[in-house]
Amino acid sequence: MAASNHVSHGHHGHDDAHGSLKSYVVGFGLSILLTLASFGTVMSGAVPHHLMMPGIVVFAVAQLLVQLVFFLHMGTSPGKRGNLAIMLFTLLILAIVVVGSLWVLHNMNVNMMHPALPQMPTE
Amino acid sequence: MSVPADGLHVPSAHGHDHGHDDGSKTLLGFWIYLMSDCLIFSGLFATFAVLANATAGGPTGKELFELPYVLGETALLLVSSFTFGLAMLDMHAGRRQRVMAWLVATFLLGAGFIGMEVHEFAHLIHEGAGPDRSAFLSSYFTLVGTHGLHVTAGLLWLLVMMDQVRRRGLNDDTRRRLSCLSLFWHFLDIVWICVFTFVYLRGAI
Repeated sequence: MAASNHVSHGHHGHDDAHGSLKSYVVGFGLSILLTLASFGTVMSGAVPHHLMMPGIVVFAVAQLLVQLVFFLHMGTSPGKRGNLAIMLFTLLILAIVVVGSLWVLHNMNVNMMHPALPQMPTE
Repeated sequence: MSVPADGLHVPSAHGHDHGHDDGSKTLLGFWIYLMSDCLIFSGLFATFAVLANATAGGPTGKELFELPYVLGETALLLVSSFTFGLAMLDMHAGRRQRVMAWLVATFLLGAGFIGMEVHEFAHLIHEGAGPDRSAFLSSYFTLVGTHGLHVTAGLLWLLVMMDQVRRRGLNDDTRRRLSCLSLFWHFLDIVWICVFTFVYLRGAI
């Protein structure tokens, strides 16, 4: 925690919520590395094609966690548990919407728009 | 003591050791708003994911997206997220001039991002790859455009806060509002991580 926080705002008591210069610098540095890793995975041509998609997903999830922790100060401290619970519930809904949409429409494409099937028999 | 402008502020909370209370409730409420915003984006991401291959014979993402340009946009938004973090540190330390300087830097970086995005959209539409070309492009413009509108709203909010800090200084009201705006701004950078990963990079594979 920055010492200056204590000087002018010692009464806050939970500087966790504010972060420190160090946490922002660490978060910024990690975000730059992960962003370059993501773009490098696709642009460099050094990564096998079948590993690109898993690679960028891993780097994206890692950067999401880095920014949530270092920029938005998410954590399990008592004052932050409410925010964390709300976010986890949101992620559940988000997963249902995104995965559910992809799943349902994938099945529909497979079962209803098969180009190889012959036309409907006409008696 | 400042006059409460919004009726939410309880004057008797001033001077107490737990003077953070009303601010933290506002922040919790704002967090709930951000999470509901997250659900809007989840719907748009789901739509884009479903329609990503529905190009109707038109151009695909691989043909359209220029990754170095997207990397430039990403850099502007990421640095602006960092400069807003520095503004918050100076706000908690009570350094008003430096808060203003970081807010101006954040605004310029955010405006640069929007400028690049508008230029990108204009270029796509000029090439005949506008939102009316295919379902893929409709969902692309809706998703990326919605994020861009959020950043634009954040820029307007930044202008308002710069004016408030200049005229009123760093009182409880401006601190609380800046805290909400910082959540909003960091949240938009987080959404952008998903945009460049699942729209641009996935499209270029």
